[in-house]
Amino acid sequence: MRHIISILLENEAGALSRVAGLFSARGYNIESLTVAPTDDRTLSRMTVVTFGSDEIIEQIVKQLNKLVDVVKLQDLTEGAHIERELMLVKVKALDHAREEVKRLVDIFRGRIIDVTDSTYTLELTGTVEKLDAFVKALDVTEIIEVARSGVTGIARGDRALSV
Amino acid sequence: MELTGADIVVRCLQDEGIEYIFGYPGGAALHIYDALYKQDKVKHILVRHEQGAAHAADGYARATGKPGVVLVTSGPGITNAVTGIATAYMDSIPLVVLSGQVPTHLIGDDAFQEVDAVGITRPCVKHNFLVKDVNDLAETVKKAFYIAASGRPGPVLVDIPKDVTAEKTEYLYPKSLTMRSYAPVNKGHPKQIKRAVDRILEAKRPIIYTGGGIVSSESAEILIELVRTLGYPCTNTLMGLGSYPADDPLFLGMLGMHGTYEANLAMHDCDMMLAIGARFDDRITGEVAKFAPTAKIIHIDIDPSSIGKNVAVEIPIVGDAKLVMKDLLAEINKRDKKPDADALKRWWTQIEKWRSIDCLSYDRDSDLIKPQYVIEKLFEITNGDAFVTSDVGQHQMWAAQFYGFKKTRRWINSGGLGTMGFGLPSAMGVQLAHPEESVVCVTGEASVIMCIQELSTCKQYDLPIKMVNLNNRYMGMVRQWQEFFYDRRYSHSYMDALPDFVALAESFGHVGMRIEKPGDVEGALRESLQLKDRLVFMDFITDQTENVYPMIAAGKGHNEMHLKPSNGEAPPERELA
Repeated sequence: MRHIISILLENEAGALSRVAGLFSARGYNIESLTVAPTDDRTLSRMTVVTFGSDEIIEQIVKQLNKLVDVVKLQDLTEGAHIERELMLVKVKALDHAREEVKRLVDIFRGRIIDVTDSTYTLELTGTVEKLDAFVKALDVTEIIEVARSGVTGIARGDRALSV
Repeated sequence: MELTGADIVVRCLQDEGIEYIFGYPGGAALHIYDALYKQDKVKHILVRHEQGAAHAADGYARATGKPGVVLVTSGPGITNAVTGIATAYMDSIPLVVLSGQVPTHLIGDDAFQEVDAVGITRPCVKHNFLVKDVNDLAETVKKAFYIAASGRPGPVLVDIPKDVTAEKTEYLYPKSLTMRSYAPVNKGHPKQIKRAVDRILEAKRPIIYTGGGIVSSESAEILIELVRTLGYPCTNTLMGLGSYPADDPLFLGMLGMHGTYEANLAMHDCDMMLAIGARFDDRITGEVAKFAPTAKIIHIDIDPSSIGKNVAVEIPIVGDAKLVMKDLLAEINKRDKKPDADALKRWWTQIEKWRSIDCLSYDRDSDLIKPQYVIEKLFEITNGDAFVTSDVGQHQMWAAQFYGFKKTRRWINSGGLGTMGFGLPSAMGVQLAHPEESVVCVTGEASVIMCIQELSTCKQYDLPIKMVNLNNRYMGMVRQWQEFFYDRRYSHSYMDALPDFVALAESFGHVGMRIEKPGDVEGALRESLQLKDRLVFMDFITDQTENVYPMIAAGKGHNEMHLKPSNGEAPPERELA
């Protein structure tokens, strides 16, 4: 099962490598990992997308909690939640593809954020599935470059991860 | 008054009440060594290799329950200590390791004697710190002691760049501290305690299986009360030996790969397993798929991640073993329901049948010195009161099997990491902690060579350790596996070109003895134990072919033990109550 684990950790040098090191040392999977400081500059928020059996996920959660730098965490997939990923794509935009790509961007509710004579740079946010579907639809032209942020997320409703 | 970082480090150690630190100087640590020189409250023990420093501090910690302190320099100083740090980590031993680091402006430049100490030690410490500002120094050292000794104990490293030890600031050592990201749970959940007691009192074939957590929570007395209140059989892991007195009839001996037949079969056939401060290590469980198939398991541990890691558990209780056992006892005493006496009688009848095969017996008529005999005599002569350290291998298992530990903190060995070379340096820490007690290092000729340089430290500080070298001219445990599983191809397990250990001990200024006949064993042990102020190196030339029995081979369950050949092939029949 795929899980999205959000972690509040001390914003200190080395905190990221403790989490990354834990996953590699214990052989857990990481699909994506994002991290940035929060409104409280002493805290970073990290989002890890991982997959494994219930037993493995339980161990991952326990091992993460055991790290001294981890203040609090939440498995977002245990409840209703919103997940988003940001993607930037640079594509060839020549001839009929110029119009076709623009239409696709509109359909997927993305934006064209940079234009040259021969290229577009596109911005799209959404779930992993939506971004995958967009990349697949882009076969009308040639993709030059893809940059994806990895997943971040937040719980719906009153549920919150804060100290 | 402002103090330098180096003086602050030393003041922190004084204020923490530290008696000894174990270390080795070098460039990046020189300011700290200078600060040590100017005081005499904290005594520094100069080892001969940084691995020895970490093991000695570890031995001190195991023998006292107080954190051991290590001081090393940057680069090779800290890398040499890593094996000792990992050893302490695997056995949950509180250590505070202070390492010098190159000055902050050189970090990352591949400076002389620079390594990323925080990076290298990260997977084998409970936590670590790099102190970049002298104003953070005192609080960081306080945190290191707090983290090392609380919750599930473990080593904590504080890496201190040389310029930080030269800068000055006001000294203020916090009396206590709280950390928002670290707050170990000590008290067990009351609902879980009630559920556990229901399960405990329903049991027909119970077993109480306990590990090093009893030692670190200082709860042997409560364990004894709990076991005797219930009348249930008790077994200890290698790390837990001494938690329950070995001479008590309710004790089944050690369990696991080289545990007793009765302990392992009782584990296999039990219907209720109460696991306290033990972590279901692979050397305990054997093949997990075959582990205790009929057991309902209650697991008490201070580390939530230990629970359910290797084996599924019915009733988890997170908490300190001492507090949880107190709550269990109080709840048991409140209940009208008592343990099922009839079922328990049948269970004990079965256990006694297993016990009667005497799985630890050995040939007492041999013309060669049997290693088991040496340990038995050592036990008799010391009345089971010695502090016994060991290295790793056959001799370690024989010491565990044949020295009947009655108290905790008397058995000091590297259980988790299995570090050869641990025995001698750890004995130094034990002897410093308990100068009046007999400290014996049971070792083998392969292990002892790995940290033999510490004989020099023993001379410098007059540490009268008794070395019991069970010398079979093989890496015995490797040879045993090659005999059993590699068709007797003894690949590189023979110790050729061994030193003359008597001459070696004498060259370090100690007493050496070589013992070659069974009849001389007792006399040599008595004589050396009477030499109260000398280190005696006893080189016992033992039977080369002796193996450690019983044994659970890789992939086997508790009910598939190898017994020694004289016990016969087929295990005696058993019936479930």
